[in-house]
Amino acid sequence: MKKLGTTLAAGLLGLGTAASAEIEVGMIVTLSGPPAALGQQAVDGFQLALDDLDGKLGGEEATLIVEDDELKPEVALSKANGMVQEEVDFVVGTIFSNMLQAIFKPVIESETFLISPNAGPSTFAGRNCNPHFFVTSYQNNQNAEVMGAHAQEAGYGKVFLIAPNYQAGRDNLEGFRMHYEGEIVDEVYVPLGHQDYSAEIARIATSEADAVFAFTPGGMGVRFVRQFRDAGLADRVQFMSVFTTDETTLPAQKEAAEGFIAAGNWAPDAENEASQSFVAAFEEKYGYVPGGYAMQAYDAAMLIDSAVAAVEGDLSDKDAVRAALEAADFTSLRGDFAFNTNHYPTQNFYQLDVEQREDGQWATAMGDLVFENYGDSFAEECSM
Amino acid sequence: MTDQTDIQAPVAATPRAPLIVAGVLFAALALIPLLAEIWGGAWLTSLAVRAMILAIVAISLDLLMGQGGMVSFGHSAFVAIGAYACGIMVTEGVYEMALILPVAIAAAALFALISGAICLRTSGVSFIMITLAFGQMIYFALGSLAQYGADDGLTLWSGPDFLGTRWLSSDMGVYVTVFAVLLGTWALVHRITGARFGRVLRAARQNPTRVASMGYSVFRYRLTAYVIAGVIAAVAGVLWATHAAFISPSLGAWQRSGDLIVMVVLGGMATRNGALIGALFFILIEETLSSITHDWRLIFGPLLVLIALFARGGLVGLLDRVRGPK
Amino acid sequence: MSTTLLLIQLLNGLQLGVILFLIAAGLTLVFGVMGFINLAHGVQYMLGAYLAVYLYGLTGSFLAALVLALPLALLLGLVLEFLVFRHLYDRDHLSQVLATFGVILFLNQLMKVLFGPASLSVPPPAFLDFSFVLVDGLLYPAYRVALIAAGLLVALGLWLVITRTRVGMLIRAGATNPDMVSALGVNVRRLFLIVFGFGAMLAGFAGVMAAPLYSVEPGMGDNLLIVAFVVIIIGGAGSIRGAFVAALLVGLVDTLGRTLVTDGLRLIMDPSSANQIGPAIASMLIYVLMALVLFWRPEGLFAPKVAR
Repeated sequence: MKKLGTTLAAGLLGLGTAASAEIEVGMIVTLSGPPAALGQQAVDGFQLALDDLDGKLGGEEATLIVEDDELKPEVALSKANGMVQEEVDFVVGTIFSNMLQAIFKPVIESETFLISPNAGPSTFAGRNCNPHFFVTSYQNNQNAEVMGAHAQEAGYGKVFLIAPNYQAGRDNLEGFRMHYEGEIVDEVYVPLGHQDYSAEIARIATSEADAVFAFTPGGMGVRFVRQFRDAGLADRVQFMSVFTTDETTLPAQKEAAEGFIAAGNWAPDAENEASQSFVAAFEEKYGYVPGGYAMQAYDAAMLIDSAVAAVEGDLSDKDAVRAALEAADFTSLRGDFAFNTNHYPTQNFYQLDVEQREDGQWATAMGDLVFENYGDSFAEECSM
Repeated sequence: MTDQTDIQAPVAATPRAPLIVAGVLFAALALIPLLAEIWGGAWLTSLAVRAMILAIVAISLDLLMGQGGMVSFGHSAFVAIGAYACGIMVTEGVYEMALILPVAIAAAALFALISGAICLRTSGVSFIMITLAFGQMIYFALGSLAQYGADDGLTLWSGPDFLGTRWLSSDMGVYVTVFAVLLGTWALVHRITGARFGRVLRAARQNPTRVASMGYSVFRYRLTAYVIAGVIAAVAGVLWATHAAFISPSLGAWQRSGDLIVMVVLGGMATRNGALIGALFFILIEETLSSITHDWRLIFGPLLVLIALFARGGLVGLLDRVRGPK
Repeated sequence: MSTTLLLIQLLNGLQLGVILFLIAAGLTLVFGVMGFINLAHGVQYMLGAYLAVYLYGLTGSFLAALVLALPLALLLGLVLEFLVFRHLYDRDHLSQVLATFGVILFLNQLMKVLFGPASLSVPPPAFLDFSFVLVDGLLYPAYRVALIAAGLLVALGLWLVITRTRVGMLIRAGATNPDMVSALGVNVRRLFLIVFGFGAMLAGFAGVMAAPLYSVEPGMGDNLLIVAFVVIIIGGAGSIRGAFVAALLVGLVDTLGRTLVTDGLRLIMDPSSANQIGPAIASMLIYVLMALVLFWRPEGLFAPKVAR
């Protein structure tokens, strides 16, 4: 809408709209409701990257437009349509997989590159992989697969599964099953944004599970962990999760999450230099501990930077931009970074521990390396 | 006065002013695609299509509210039924509009018959609440359709065909179709209001007992109006799915029904052009306010209160007052 | 389904019922006595919750927040009454629906502007921040029990006021025949104000009590409001007893229904689909209930015999 105004003004004044070298990035993330912290991390991470690059991507001046999808598909769609009308050069989004599914069609059909800093549904990893779609995070199933592998190794015989009832939830529980060979005592889905877990906790308590695997991101995780601990289950049921005890939820969970384990592709105490300086700079600028969401958004910015630099600012040749993106020639905060054939990353995955740092903050910490250069299980079906 | 002679007498010659207003509005709508070439582009035509589709629904609601005195707080459910009929069929591989439209109409008519038969046994606040309840039921039912996206909504990866052609895949094709349906709806409801059917409805709104004593089945007239309105709204829903290529259960949420009521009252209930003006104005306000600030509802909310208190005749009422008594 | 689960869901259903009652009580009086459809009653609930958050931030004590929030909720309610509602009493229902819809839009947005869109919460008071053993290995939080107890106490108090005091008698009379009450020399406007203020305070109280349990966010009152209307339709407008019974009924049907229907569906389909279809069907249950009541007894189960 704003660009419309400037175009109109320029038109009225008889000025042509010159082909500006400005790179416009439109970001659609969730900034309302309980999951707002996730979207905020992504915005902050991306912005920090821009700051580190002096406000430029690939040497060209860059503007970042941030929109809130309010975790509502219609809102996400209308924001995406708006960005497509304004002809942004890249759309970075979304946090949640169902939001991604809502915006996919209009963005892809307009041949705008869509880069996801978090959502990695299986839907677009296999047969429906797309040349304009890239993911800097992971494929949803992967972290759960890692947790399942660890659970199998650690010898938990009976596991209770719980996740919200949307694509990522289903992906995660399916992923857990991949390497885990023990018994799944129950598989429970709750509405996205569910708050009162007393019924589910009652089920866990009366099942014979010795471990629970949960995917309850954001505010859901805060409530579930607290209620789990309050119900006295933490002592006899091992809590394993993905995206449930992370830097967006641990500040609220604190010692309620003590002793819980998780799986992921990174933790703030990762030992490579780029990551260490990122964490320090982030904490100094924003005053809180960055989690995976911020890290992946930072990487997304660096990815775009590398691609724009490779084509020397000329985005008109889409094939060249695509090739530059696929090359992923940038230093990721995770160390090495490469894309699989379906534009989802291959990377290392670790088991993570919940720990209290020396400065009193709660965060995740690197545990054992579980899989190295791990690709997702859908890439074979992608014909790109 | 609800006199027997009133119902049977032919309607007096249509006053010209509303026709002129309608003519101007339709002409303006017809010119928008041309205007869009110079300024606004796809955004403007998309906005206009959305406004026109909502105007179709608003006109159908005015048939219920303005003519029949039935304040339905669940009318958006019909839009959702139409949209999902289209969405589900497209997802299942049936792209032909000539097949989709009858299915949508049939589904809406069925739901209208069943829910109308129950709702119309009540009146006043109970009617408002029970239509709300049925609306919510549709909303939850659509949210339970696991294989069609449930709460996440459904993307229509391909639009419907029209008689084998890709007419509805072009922006222009959609625009012309929606415009035609709007014009047709406006004319149809205009005819209904002028005919005896409309007169009976209006009379029953004021004095149902009297109308019943004249031998008319108030229930049947109202139910018929309810079904007609529901079907029109469902057709609008099909158009919405075609245009937006994305549908979700929230199309049928009670807040959307509330928006529709606002449009009808805003424009001027029971007037020839009120619903049309109301819908266009509503979208206009929403777009202009939301481009100024994300918090446009801070302005819109009190605006509604003021309208409710001082301008119940809506914009048409204001226009009439400005023009002075005849 | 195990008995523990059943017990938990029963308690949860009671808890929901109690909150519904606190909201519906004010609503049914306002609607029964004044004939006023107040869609904005849900925002009173939301205001109570936000007041709890804000006052907790100021004082650091939940109890202090509770004590301070009640008169403030009352005050805010009276302000709304003065500015908007009192001009609508004589208007038709459509105007009331329209105006109160506008109030909802405005206040939801205002909360978003003042407090941000993220959901907030308040911890329960320290002396209730424990759980007691329900069944071996399973604890149930004391705060939830306290909420149920508080709600039942309020219900009792309300019943006593309505049946044993003069004001209560006037309210009951007003629900049956407001014109007569006015003709008998009672200041009906003042009665309305008392009824309204009381209702607002009850809803605000519900909001404060709910703050430690549910997310405090803009729009939190809207869906509960619809259910509250279902409650008063079932219970009968103007009847506190009706609101109480209906609220508990609706709370139990909704909560137990969800579990039972979902579990039942899991027998015949995969868990993911069952969890999508189950709650949807369960949500429809209370509307089906309302439709049945409207069909069989349109005035509601406990409607005062209206002589208008």
